[in-house]
Amino acid sequence: MGHIRVTDLGKAYKQYPTRWSRLAEWLIPFSPMRHRQHWVLQDVNFEIAPGEAVGIVGVNGAGKSTLLKMITGTTQPTCGRIQLEGRVAALLELGMGFHPDFTGRQNAVMAGQLLGMQVEEIEALMPDIERFAEIGEAIDHPVRTYSSGMQMRLAFSVATARRPDILIVDEALSVGDAYFQHKSFDRIRSFRKAGTTLLIVSHDRSAIQSICDSAILLEGGRMAMHDKPEAVMDYYNALLAEREGQTVRQETLAGGQVQTVSGTGEAGILSVRLLDERERSIEAAEVGQPVVLEVQVEIRQDIERLVLGFMIKDRLGQAMYGINTHRQNQALEDLHAGERITYRFAFIMGLGKGNYSVALSLSRLDSHLDRNFEWRDYGLVFHIINNRQEDFVGYSWLGAKTSITRHAENLVERAP
Amino acid sequence: MLLSLYRSLRSYRGFILGSVKREFQARYRNSLFGALWTVLNPLSMIVVYTVIFSHIMRARLPGVDDGMAYSVYLCAGLLTWGLFSEITLRSQNMFLENANLLKKISFPRICLPVIVLLNAGINFAIIIGLFLGFLLITGRWPGMALLAMLPLLALQVLFCAGLGMILGVLNVFFRDVGQFFAICLQFWFWLTPIVYPLSILPEWVQRLLQLNPLTNLIGSYQNLFLYGQWPVWNSLLPTLVIGVLFCVIGLRVFRRRVGEMVDEL
Repeated sequence: MGHIRVTDLGKAYKQYPTRWSRLAEWLIPFSPMRHRQHWVLQDVNFEIAPGEAVGIVGVNGAGKSTLLKMITGTTQPTCGRIQLEGRVAALLELGMGFHPDFTGRQNAVMAGQLLGMQVEEIEALMPDIERFAEIGEAIDHPVRTYSSGMQMRLAFSVATARRPDILIVDEALSVGDAYFQHKSFDRIRSFRKAGTTLLIVSHDRSAIQSICDSAILLEGGRMAMHDKPEAVMDYYNALLAEREGQTVRQETLAGGQVQTVSGTGEAGILSVRLLDERERSIEAAEVGQPVVLEVQVEIRQDIERLVLGFMIKDRLGQAMYGINTHRQNQALEDLHAGERITYRFAFIMGLGKGNYSVALSLSRLDSHLDRNFEWRDYGLVFHIINNRQEDFVGYSWLGAKTSITRHAENLVERAP
Repeated sequence: MLLSLYRSLRSYRGFILGSVKREFQARYRNSLFGALWTVLNPLSMIVVYTVIFSHIMRARLPGVDDGMAYSVYLCAGLLTWGLFSEITLRSQNMFLENANLLKKISFPRICLPVIVLLNAGINFAIIIGLFLGFLLITGRWPGMALLAMLPLLALQVLFCAGLGMILGVLNVFFRDVGQFFAICLQFWFWLTPIVYPLSILPEWVQRLLQLNPLTNLIGSYQNLFLYGQWPVWNSLLPTLVIGVLFCVIGLRVFRRRVGEMVDEL
């Protein structure tokens, strides 16, 4: 249960030159094809094992929604096959089919029926739905009086009232308040633990990286990549910055990580080193140790402005700290071909134990999306060990200085 | 194929019945008189026609010199025509009206025409119930012949459902179909002996109207309610053949285009 296999999947929309040509094609027997096929998705192949979680990323129009619609069955594929095992639930358009004049309870029943449930089943699930939605009395008021957040709560609660074998989520989760977002994400996680296969479309890097086992990148209706989430997200980010003349290159490093380098190349990074107090290059740093991140940059063509930024990421790709010279008011201007620049960022290593990587970017402005000279993931990989500080948990070392005062018992006032 | 359609209908029976109930409720939810409006609408039409034709224009049914008889004749035709026009008009828009649902949610599409049929059936049941009550009170109860209404209705629903399905699917691809059929229906109404009796027409026009598959069907209802006559089953054979043909074509068109339909909505 929960197996998904997609083979040679493709979707094309028919485009007729005029409205009459469709009629002609329908009515005239043996008439030639009068429509052009506009392919929005082609050659998609993947297999998802039961219980796996897969993220789908891609720019708008890459075919993500079309793919999900075909998997849920609302749209039929033009070619290829989709094999699904088990019950599918889709959180595509939450609140679809809600009738404003009916109460939340009636609409919940209706939504359940649309999922193919019988009234008795829904009635049995109703207490759970009410409890999860937490909209209180409003459940018996017409939906037109609901806020969009309340509608979304109810819709989510109905759609996930039963654990499906396959759950398909399309960014619907970005609706609702922070509390409910957490709650719904927890429910998805618990489904996943219980063996539900997950398929998530999202632009949220941390959502994909924290929950998915792998990710699929769609680009122009084709599968550009199917790999570990970090690698796909790095490539995707680089792709976002891609412009004419830019190249995107990926290499697998010794540690198994995939390094993505992209950019137009007017400036490039020569070396990245982490230095200790005595200017020695190190691969492991101590918690609380003063270190210097040294970056050497080469200017290959004259450019008017240069900003270097770096970001330290943990092994899941979550950003720990990032800064650039623009934000530090130290952007360089009027650079000439052949120049070499050495940047030194000195700081106290305040991160917790673990593996970290450094991503770097050379750009004209604050964002690398404007002019991306070079973007480099995994520019440096280092470890943090903790021999000097007390053993603590978490990603950041705040170095609490503790003072404790014990008060004598007679100083505490007690009520008679 | 029919079996798989039946199976999906069965598993979605909750949705179908729920939708029918909700549509009925939704129509009257915010109105004071509720279901009364279902009755008032055709009733007003009947009053208007009766007053104009029977009292102002002094039209009499040949052989019957009774103003009330004309009303019964009118009702028999008008109410059953109402069922026909409701099913076909609703069917031709059923996919367009539910475009959002079709695009976003995966459910057996065959549910939609079934919902239309059931809804029209309920409305018809209400009004025909009142009509029967009226016949009982005025002493015009048609007697045993009333049983003939069931096969007549079955035939009519078959005819309407097939035609409606064809129109519904075509209307998604060619919106002209909806406009065209609405005009068609106007002509069709006056080319069917509902307001006037067939016998007042010249011989050659009568023969022409025989080509209209609804002429004999509506005529059977009229004879049934007015004179308590059993239908002449043979005369309904062409209607049955056309109805079956519509259904076969309708299901074929539906099956072939149901996937493409979502792309067009």
